[in-house]
Amino acid sequence: MLDDFMIRAALAGVGTAAAAAPLGCFVVWRRMAYFGDATAHAAMLGVALALTFQVPVFGGVLAAALAMGLTVSTLSGKGLAADTLLGVLAHSALAFGLVAVSFLSGVPVDLMGYLLGDILAVSKGDLAVIWAGAAMVSALIAWRWSDLLIATVGPDLARASGIDPRREQMVLTLCLALTVAVAIKVVGVLLIAALLVIPGATARGLASSPEAMALTAAGLGSLSALGGLWASFQFDTPTGPTIVCVAATLFVLSTLLRSVREA
Amino acid sequence: MKSPQAPLVSVRGLAIRLGPHDVLRNVDLDIAAGEIVTIVGPNGSGKSTLLRAIIGAIEPRAGTVTLRPGVRLGYVPQKLQIDPTLPINVARFLNLPTRRPAADIAEALHTAGLPDLQKRPMSALSGGQFQRVLLARALLEKPDLLLLDEPTQGLDQQGSAAFYQQIEEVRARLGCAILMVSHELHVVMSASDRVICLNGHVCCHGTPEVVASAPEYRALFGTGTKGALALYRHTHDHGHDHDHPQPDHHHEDHAI
Repeated sequence: MLDDFMIRAALAGVGTAAAAAPLGCFVVWRRMAYFGDATAHAAMLGVALALTFQVPVFGGVLAAALAMGLTVSTLSGKGLAADTLLGVLAHSALAFGLVAVSFLSGVPVDLMGYLLGDILAVSKGDLAVIWAGAAMVSALIAWRWSDLLIATVGPDLARASGIDPRREQMVLTLCLALTVAVAIKVVGVLLIAALLVIPGATARGLASSPEAMALTAAGLGSLSALGGLWASFQFDTPTGPTIVCVAATLFVLSTLLRSVREA
Repeated sequence: MKSPQAPLVSVRGLAIRLGPHDVLRNVDLDIAAGEIVTIVGPNGSGKSTLLRAIIGAIEPRAGTVTLRPGVRLGYVPQKLQIDPTLPINVARFLNLPTRRPAADIAEALHTAGLPDLQKRPMSALSGGQFQRVLLARALLEKPDLLLLDEPTQGLDQQGSAAFYQQIEEVRARLGCAILMVSHELHVVMSASDRVICLNGHVCCHGTPEVVASAPEYRALFGTGTKGALALYRHTHDHGHDHDHPQPDHHHEDHAI
């Protein structure tokens, strides 16, 4: 069954989207969309490092994304406004990554594949890495759920209950780095943040509890992955961006549905 | 109400710097079991910072905050902004981070002076209800010490008087100590066992009468007879001013 590239692509897309979406809910609740962007863009630098030192791309991306996440966590609240700081870091990381890749003479680099994803080229090995990473992210979120939630609602309330909000921030940073490392093959550096934020934003209108919102987002993310795969096959369009287009369409539909209901 | 045991909280030589500002310096403070202590002071005098240091949210630059081992804290923040993208109802909020038995939740809501609005989204609560839900959540911790940071900010006079009355009932029922920050001097002076006047350091402290007559206090809050007790009388008198009838003045008197 896994010999069919479409099956592998579908499994890769669903695994990534289902793990990214609940994490994405925290990104939405904590207004970390730019944080997700910065982490994702750092992945390009990770690709360059991995190719230079001839280590697996997954490892290079994970290291770069983690380094970016820790940098942002440490620097935030120390002078520059958070969104300015993130804007500087996100785009610098992407630019330096692209420049670094261009120095790699003699190595044929599929730049578009890293920027926009190459889900149809997912191998069995890739699939194993993607599902292992996605499972780790889901397990971490599920395990820390209550503590993450109270730290999101009120860091000081968490403190008074004996929970360290900085530790929960680190859990999210680690999850983001893992998600970026597995999602780069699926939607690419430029659109990873969309896979995080859009399903969560869509689920907001459909859910009345944090748990329901996370599960709905996971369902919507999976639906977007499958729908995008199908649509890109039908219309011969690039798969990563098509997945995001489907997610965006679902967002618009849910927004319309909500305004009709409230009218 | 004083306990012969070690204090619930013991603060010694506390100094805190936030960014370039020395917010607190050389603060000493003990809270004994069961007492009501109020912190007063002008804006920016470090009142909220002191409370946040006690719950461990801010690292001191110098000095120590020692909690009696096993002491449980209930904290009601000055304000809490829940992002509108986070759908959460009262019951779910009260179950964070620990699941509570339904009976405990119902009782905490009742003690906080609320009807059973567990199913209501947090975003649909009025300001007064929201503060009381925060109080209910603090009560679910079964606190030995309840920390209230200007809990009536944003409430009108009637709402805030009712809230403080609730606090009195909570203390009477649970016997917990209360450390609160308040701007409402008349309430402070009538409801506290001790008052601490803070302005970066402890200016003066003691019973309400002692503090109200201390020169340091008068320098901050008014001179001559315009101290807090005077303010209290003034406000009290005002309730009987028939030129400006206040439908709730009876209630207000009761709260004072």
